Amino acid sequence: MTLFEGILLAFLIICAISVSVTRNLLASIIIFMGFSLIMSVLWLTLEAPDLAITEAAVGAGVTSLLFFATLKKIHAIKAEDAKREEDDSDEE
Amino acid sequence: MRSDGFLKSLVSFVENGSFREEDYTLSPAQKDALDTDIPENRWLLSVQHSEKPVSARLINWFSHKGVEVFNNLYRIASVFICVTLIGILLSVVSFLPSFGSAENPAVNEVVERYVSKAIQETGTTNAVAGMISAYRGFDTLGEAHVLFVAACSVIVLLRVDPSERKRGRRLNPDRVGGDMDYEPNSDLILRKTAKLLVPLAFIFGLYVILNGTSSPGGGFSGGAIMGAGLILHSVAFGFKRTERFFGDEMYHVIKTACLTVYALLMAYFIYMGANGWDDHVWLGNPGGIISGGLILPINIAVGFEVACTMYCFYALFRKGGL
Amino acid sequence: MPAFLQHLFTNYYETAAIILFGIGFTTLLMHRNLIKKIIGFNFMDSGLYLFLAAKGYIAGRLAPIITDGNADPSKYVNPIPTGLVLTGIVVSVSVTAFLLALTCRLYDRFHTLDLDEITHLVRKERD
Repeated sequence: MTLFEGILLAFLIICAISVSVTRNLLASIIIFMGFSLIMSVLWLTLEAPDLAITEAAVGAGVTSLLFFATLKKIHAIKAEDAKREEDDSDEE
Repeated sequence: MRSDGFLKSLVSFVENGSFREEDYTLSPAQKDALDTDIPENRWLLSVQHSEKPVSARLINWFSHKGVEVFNNLYRIASVFICVTLIGILLSVVSFLPSFGSAENPAVNEVVERYVSKAIQETGTTNAVAGMISAYRGFDTLGEAHVLFVAACSVIVLLRVDPSERKRGRRLNPDRVGGDMDYEPNSDLILRKTAKLLVPLAFIFGLYVILNGTSSPGGGFSGGAIMGAGLILHSVAFGFKRTERFFGDEMYHVIKTACLTVYALLMAYFIYMGANGWDDHVWLGNPGGIISGGLILPINIAVGFEVACTMYCFYALFRKGGL
Repeated sequence: MPAFLQHLFTNYYETAAIILFGIGFTTLLMHRNLIKKIIGFNFMDSGLYLFLAAKGYIAGRLAPIITDGNADPSKYVNPIPTGLVLTGIVVSVSVTAFLLALTCRLYDRFHTLDLDEITHLVRKERD
């Protein structure tokens, strides 16, 4: 095991756990995007460049965009912004 | 007859969640009205408590605390199940042949054939492209149809009729699917960047598609890159400008034409192969753009189909139509 | 180090893939939010793909792109898992889009993403 691969695999698992733990939907989707990017680097280390290109375009690009569009559609982004503003004003 | 009565009470237990609980319980107001200093009343309250059958008390407890307890139990149980599953699977992994060894039973004569005959039989230097569109072409045809069916089902679920869209927005501006109005129209940084990146994305997508037979890539990855370029265009410049060159009709024409071309080419392949005839396809010179025989047109068809599907998903999610 | 752990350490890619699969399954079971469930589903997908691709890797060999006309199979890694996973990635994005569209319709109808609340509302409507 090279150090590089070990770090990437550890990152993969940390990303997966932190998606499960985060309460904010937007943050969890951004973490998912990072997860896909790490996956695409891992495909390269596994000598599968076809998969690396596809994962970077499809997994990190289009899937995350679809998640964002869904969040926009169900007004989750707006609601979370409003909630954060409320929290900020409470702190003040 | 006794069993009949038992059944009745069972049915009432299932339907109402209690064995006629009102026989045993006092309402809170009645309870408060009782003077607890008088011993008889205290006795009444204690009877009230003790004479309630166990089942009714259980039901009562469940209806108040049960959901919470069940949720906690469910969490613990799900983590437990998953840890057990991981344990079982890991014990299986420890018996697998070691990672990266060439004695792995998955490396057999099939792999040898795919790699050593790729240039003679399919004309591709990228063994993966040769494998997925020639040796296992039927599988990939099914994959393209999965994409088609997914796009169709998303259209069925999310499409809003254009006339309805206008009326519905006026009647109910918060309606899901009507957020065409929220488009930002003058984001300078985004526009300038998109002006640079959109042509690059298209050219890179085309490059990946055309070189799919001789370098990593192919129809699916190149198509996804081109679809991402289309999405970036519509994000930066608005749906109106994208609709000028990529609208509803364009989408249907490209998508149907590409899928038909793919199916026809594949049908030719399969028909000739099944009869053991030579398919008379010029394989081109391996390593160049014109190589791989029918794989190049198949890659182009798949690429455009995937690009259309990706943009279609995005447009349907954002505005409920193309 | 016991033999069990040593084997796991040798097969570290497979181990990580199985752990990812488990985490995805936990996310799928534990969260009531539909979007979290879909992300968990995607993690399970990725775990499986990583497992498949790791089975095809052979140490010290190159990606299956034939250079210099040298088609010696002992120089390249196994191309079959790569092809299978390529199919899988594209299918998983279609399935994700379909699931998200269903989620949108559910939100449209019930104005919540909580599966328990949706079940509750459906039961109430039925009665």
